[in-house]
Amino acid sequence: MRLKAAIVVFPGSNCDRDCARAWEFVTGGKASFVWHKESSMEDCDVVILPGGFSFGDYLRSGAIARFSPVMAEVARLAKRGSLVLGICNGFQILTEAGLLPGSLIRNSGLKYVCKDVFVRVENVSSPFTGRYEEGQVLRIPISHGEGNYNAPGDVLERLRDEGRVVLRYSDPSGRVGPDTAPNGSADSIAGVLGEGGNVLGIMPHPERVSDRQLGGTDGAAFWESMVDSLRVKGIRV
Amino acid sequence: MKFKATVRVMPKPSVLDPQGAALERALRTMGGEGVGSVRVGKRIEIVLDGPGEAEVMELVARWADQLLANPNMETFGLELVALDEA
Amino acid sequence: MSEEALEDKWSEHGLTEEEYKRLLRILGRQPNYLELALFGVMWSEHCCYKHSKGELRKLPTEAHFVLQGPGENAGIVDVGEGVGVVFKIESHNHPSAIEPYQGAATGVGGIIRDIFTMGARPAAILDSLRFGPLEGHRVKGLLNGVVAGIGGYGNCMGIPNVGGETFFHPAYSGNPLVNAMCVGFVDTNRVFRGRATGPGNLVLLVGSRTGRDGIKGASFASVELSDSDPDKRHNVQVGDPFMEKLVMEATLEILENGLAVGVQDLGAAGLTCSGCEMASRGRSGIALDLDLVPLREDGLLDWEIMLSESQERMLMVVEPGKLDRVRAICDKWDVPCTAIGKVTDDDCFVLRRGQKVLAVVPSVFLTDKAPAYQPPMSEPPSYQPLKKADVGLAGKIQDIPGLLKKLLASPNIASKRWVYEQYDCTVGANTVLAPSGDAAVLRIPGTRKGLAVTCDCNSRFVALDPYWGTAMAVAEAALNVAVTGARPLAITNCLNFGSPENPEVFWQFSKAVDGLAEAARRLGTPITGGNVSFYNEYDGVPVYPTPVIGMVGVMDDVDNRVPHHFRKEGDHVFLVGRSLEEFGGSELHWLLAGRDEGHVPFLNLDFAARLNAFLADCAKLRYLESAHDCSEGGLAVALLESAATLGLGVSLDWADNISPAAALFGETCSRALVSVSPEKLGQFMGYLQDFNLPHTQLGRVAGDGLISVRYNGAGLLHEELKGLLGLWEGALAGMAGI
Repeated sequence: MRLKAAIVVFPGSNCDRDCARAWEFVTGGKASFVWHKESSMEDCDVVILPGGFSFGDYLRSGAIARFSPVMAEVARLAKRGSLVLGICNGFQILTEAGLLPGSLIRNSGLKYVCKDVFVRVENVSSPFTGRYEEGQVLRIPISHGEGNYNAPGDVLERLRDEGRVVLRYSDPSGRVGPDTAPNGSADSIAGVLGEGGNVLGIMPHPERVSDRQLGGTDGAAFWESMVDSLRVKGIRV
Repeated sequence: MKFKATVRVMPKPSVLDPQGAALERALRTMGGEGVGSVRVGKRIEIVLDGPGEAEVMELVARWADQLLANPNMETFGLELVALDEA
Repeated sequence: MSEEALEDKWSEHGLTEEEYKRLLRILGRQPNYLELALFGVMWSEHCCYKHSKGELRKLPTEAHFVLQGPGENAGIVDVGEGVGVVFKIESHNHPSAIEPYQGAATGVGGIIRDIFTMGARPAAILDSLRFGPLEGHRVKGLLNGVVAGIGGYGNCMGIPNVGGETFFHPAYSGNPLVNAMCVGFVDTNRVFRGRATGPGNLVLLVGSRTGRDGIKGASFASVELSDSDPDKRHNVQVGDPFMEKLVMEATLEILENGLAVGVQDLGAAGLTCSGCEMASRGRSGIALDLDLVPLREDGLLDWEIMLSESQERMLMVVEPGKLDRVRAICDKWDVPCTAIGKVTDDDCFVLRRGQKVLAVVPSVFLTDKAPAYQPPMSEPPSYQPLKKADVGLAGKIQDIPGLLKKLLASPNIASKRWVYEQYDCTVGANTVLAPSGDAAVLRIPGTRKGLAVTCDCNSRFVALDPYWGTAMAVAEAALNVAVTGARPLAITNCLNFGSPENPEVFWQFSKAVDGLAEAARRLGTPITGGNVSFYNEYDGVPVYPTPVIGMVGVMDDVDNRVPHHFRKEGDHVFLVGRSLEEFGGSELHWLLAGRDEGHVPFLNLDFAARLNAFLADCAKLRYLESAHDCSEGGLAVALLESAATLGLGVSLDWADNISPAAALFGETCSRALVSVSPEKLGQFMGYLQDFNLPHTQLGRVAGDGLISVRYNGAGLLHEELKGLLGLWEGALAGMAGI
């Protein structure tokens, strides 16, 4: 079966074309764009919610986007078991929509931050991270004003216990500490997996480091991992 | 004496409120056909000790003018309530 | 209205009595109030360049690769393979002084619109900022607000901010400068211009509703700032970057489908300026119905509607048959779109409400027939004495390490990381070199090519010598492009000066334009457009003359780009160019004496051109590991900047016939600090001979984390790189926090 990948575009999404390019460059497959007003989607195997400022990030990042008609379809596909990846604003939308726990609030330093950071891959059994090694440190850019991950204590504990924290901010050697999160995120959390294991939200931007010409390829394995996990089910690019 | 001052900061009527405009459009798609306009502001609550109502009002008004509201774009309203010292 | 009643009205609209008389002569009758308002704004400095257009005619603007020169929304150069680079720089100084966040944000919004209105997708932003000394609540507030505003707008629109400059100096106290540059790519077969043609075609207003924003902003920009006008805060323009993102996507989609005849964004003087200019350029007329303009609030008067500077609005001229498709695209993006008028064949700018005619003025009266002045100019009495001032003090200093540390921690030399980390520099996935010590480099989509882009001006040099200082700004911009491996192509300029009615200021302006023209000619980089901002003064004291040069360059293969930073231990370090004993206008002299004085460094434009060609060739031949321009703070600062990225030190030992201070901190022009792999050394040195370029072999890149410099047999520096970097990287954050 042919792998169908879709990138949802909201008014204000900025990284949709970047994701499409990275997906095509790394996997050879073409991703289609789905406008937020669509109320029905094909049964895609991969759904990407890209970064940007959907609805200007007004009120709260992702707060308005979660009511777009397309989100009912995203929820349906998540339930069906499709791979749903939310990057940056995509992560924020998924938390507002209740498809991932917790919320992303204003960076603790109160300023927008764009720079390369280091993240440690904590869980390599997710369909998004199979190609990484456990504990591998990636160099990957962040760019956000509201990337501070927050959740009630019991939720954080559950995420820890269930191994659903997929990425943590670290120092170059992989040490995670109270000082390693550039935005104040609880537990240095940079990426979280949903209950079903098929929905992932991450703040860093893998699509910006999937091509050597752009200065790094540490992000390429996200796309490759997703393709791997689908190939096992007979779904190919 | 203990007081609670509430400062309500709103955008000036003639200044563009992009947040309000975006919310206005969003609410109209959520069953809000009757929505006329939306404007978004802030509410700041300050609990403080002071000698008396008049002095505290003057102090908070000064804070509002200098810091809490941006006089280029915002107006503010003030409310002061004495709190029981329990 | 009788002549007496209008008597005081013309000054209210920013016109002089002479200008009013000119108006009467040209129009052949008295204008009514609305017509007077139209003339007032179209004949203001900001809209008609009355004091500068005479001088600007001196600038070289043509070349076979220039597709669009000055006169349109932006300039365009052809870079081959069907791609045009659309670019321009503009100022938003006065609004930023009053309301830093929104002033800077709307400045960015405005320049972005100038790019996509031509059919180009904006690809990058740069900004050039100048403030008073970084101390005290006010300047910190300005700095924080302006940087947050630029970031807030650009980041939301998904356009990367890849470079710029930030400078602090008493000359800018009270009148900060905020210049924003934007660059985009266009299909050369699909360029759109701001002209109204085809009588009967519809004029559409696309984007935000019209309110009272910035009324009289255009004439406001032509009035000096002083504390006595606190109610100039009235009607601040607020930017809505989300709306602009929608307007941009809708506009690009409309243009991609060939659905518009002409497009123009609304900026200074709003509907008036855009409408008149479109009609004038199209040699046609435009008739607008004010009843049809969607308003944000009730009760706007006629002139308020016409002068409103509400943001995020576009005018589009569309054939009636294409209206439905245009509306469909606007509906998809939830962008308001309203037909407000028609193109006519009577060459007039006509305003009405329904059937009632409110104003009729031939378009060219408002544009081409605007006044033009050749103001008097006189050399400031301080000019010659300042040049002759003795700046030899610097040459005698002994404590090299101490001085280096002071310089590294000074706001103008310190790392600008605190600024650029608030800007998204990689969105769009085309940024290959940024932020950088020199020009930023982007890949050009659909090709193998790379685009280098920078904006520069050393205003100390311009203040001391407007002619040579401006030529040096051009040379520096070109060198910043060349060190990345690109060929400098063309210029956009933002000329920031005091009042042109001050003969000394106008003398500076005229000399600066002369220097710009000469350097542009000799370096082969024509001017494709730009902006003049006059009246930058505070309490009657003008700012330093500040001609900011935005430059673009191109390389045929983006993989040949050369970074500014050292890459590995053992590489050979060279200084290409010659260093002289000169400190005039340098950061070092300012540090020691607290004054800008002396002769500016010597510039040889032919040498500069040769150096640029050499560097572009070396990049193609892959001779260089790194190349970095030496500018403020001299060689020592360039060394540190090259060492910082990978934490590689240097071990240098060389001799020359200038003082140690001159060798390390002198700001001689046209010098590049390069590093070369041992395998390429022979070829590189041979090429240096072929080009006959003076050069010095300084030493090697070291892996021991030390900056070790021996000069003329004596040890000058033996410092831990880590300590120096700590000072350099931490300084601005420490000083900028409120």
